[in-house]
Amino acid sequence: MNIFDRLISLDRRWVFLALAVVCVITYLWDFKVPVNLSHEVQSIFDKVNALEEGDIIYMSVDYDPNALAELHPTTYALAELCFRKKIRVIFGTLSNLGQGMVDQVIRDISDSVKNDATYNGVFYQGREIVNGVDYVFLGYKPYPAMVIQAMGLDFRVPFPTDYYGTPLDNIPIMRGTKNFDQCKLVVDMAAGNVAEMWITYGHGNYGVPLALAVTGVMGADMYPYLGSGQVFGLAAGLLGAAQIEMLCDNPGRAMDGMRIQLFAHILIILFIVMGNIGFLATRNKNKMR
Amino acid sequence: MEWSTFLWTTLGAFLTLCTFSFLYKDNPFYKFAEHLVVGVSAGYFALVLWHQSLIPNLFTRLNDGDWYFLWVNSSQWWYLIPAALGVMMWTRFSKKRSWISRWPIALYMGIAAGMAIPREMQARVIEQLHSAMLGVIDRSNFFGHSVFDTASGIASIIIFLGTLAALFYFFFSKEHVGVFKGISSFGIWILMIGFGASFGYTVMGRISLFVQRIQVLNDWTVNAWESGEVSYVLFWFLVFGIFLIWAMFEIVKYFMNKGSTPEQ
Repeated sequence: MNIFDRLISLDRRWVFLALAVVCVITYLWDFKVPVNLSHEVQSIFDKVNALEEGDIIYMSVDYDPNALAELHPTTYALAELCFRKKIRVIFGTLSNLGQGMVDQVIRDISDSVKNDATYNGVFYQGREIVNGVDYVFLGYKPYPAMVIQAMGLDFRVPFPTDYYGTPLDNIPIMRGTKNFDQCKLVVDMAAGNVAEMWITYGHGNYGVPLALAVTGVMGADMYPYLGSGQVFGLAAGLLGAAQIEMLCDNPGRAMDGMRIQLFAHILIILFIVMGNIGFLATRNKNKMR
Repeated sequence: MEWSTFLWTTLGAFLTLCTFSFLYKDNPFYKFAEHLVVGVSAGYFALVLWHQSLIPNLFTRLNDGDWYFLWVNSSQWWYLIPAALGVMMWTRFSKKRSWISRWPIALYMGIAAGMAIPREMQARVIEQLHSAMLGVIDRSNFFGHSVFDTASGIASIIIFLGTLAALFYFFFSKEHVGVFKGISSFGIWILMIGFGASFGYTVMGRISLFVQRIQVLNDWTVNAWESGEVSYVLFWFLVFGIFLIWAMFEIVKYFMNKGSTPEQ
């Protein structure tokens, strides 16, 4: 068995092991990699950053723990930006395990916003954010398409109460907030087909200005909607999350993960090249026979 | 660090390793983690539906106390209709009466289709056709004031031609020879570039999941040592020790069996 035959018949577990070793070593080795900004991510930041104090945005946290690696950093960065700028946020989730995600974001960001901070050269004094005044968490309802349609009519149809059981009319932020007409924009952090439902029903039916933060797997599928203007911004995968963190001047886990991505990708490219060399060499050998 | 926090983060770390152990081969640790996640998710989801959906959206509305109808103290008595349709679904469990469940299913399918078909056509077909075609004849793409506008104009042409060529590749009523062969070749290249982009993003997504788990494991290790709660650290090292012993046992077995013929 020559080297080319070995390349073709390499046990895939060696690939897993090599990848694990490279990722761990790169994680322990502290260095920075440059993150290039893209128009589609910049436009999300620009729109949110241009909002004024008191404006309302709807953040739909439509992912489960299995996608938090890619979407949590975006949610954290944007939620903190909103709370720092005193933009009011309506949180909702159309993913059955998304409630835990929102709950975690609210608790962590509440703690973070208590501290003074300077982002992009702007000083923000620490403050207490109040449930019902600075934000509301509507909770979860099944059947995303129908919930989006119902919210377009009135938030109270699918959500008579918020996540904690308070009737919406008793919540200060919801007084005078009937439906998407009162929201400046919708940002959907999605893992799955909920993103397309927001495009079809949220943007299609009610014309809501929509931005998407999606998992890497969905990234390529979402670009046509960006081209057609159905979404005004798109942050795909960990790269999109890292760009959001960079724009918010709030580095976190996404920017931290980019250096690992770099070396993991180089290794995978090497394996692809090796596999192809092995394939071509054995094919030529078989032809000569 | 609090004891409870340490316990839960340790359990998370342990289950992470249980799941990754599948990369070596299927084993009881992985099976345990797999069954645990399925069971916990199902139980959690059932409770979420009860507390977040049925109670506020049905029972509370049927008990608002304004009007009396069919023993239900409610002014919104029409919520009895979806409630009855929901109950009818449960007849699926009876062989004799399962036909009853077809009514709510038919109603739901009808409503869903009526809602979805025109909207999906508009959002995912008409809008896409519109942008693919009009992008080419939109003069502002070429005579705009920035390089990005020009780039998007060129991209529009590539998208337009690529879409046509990719569709032509699946047109089998004419033999792909001569000019048609060239068009379909361009179409397959466009398809491959699309698949490549998807694959690249997928690799990034999968690596991201692994990166996040490394971050979690690293946090756990740092917290375990910094907490100074040696007894807990030792206890969990015992748990992870079992894991390590198993892994070593498997590695030894692998090298001992190397070269022997598998059982028929």
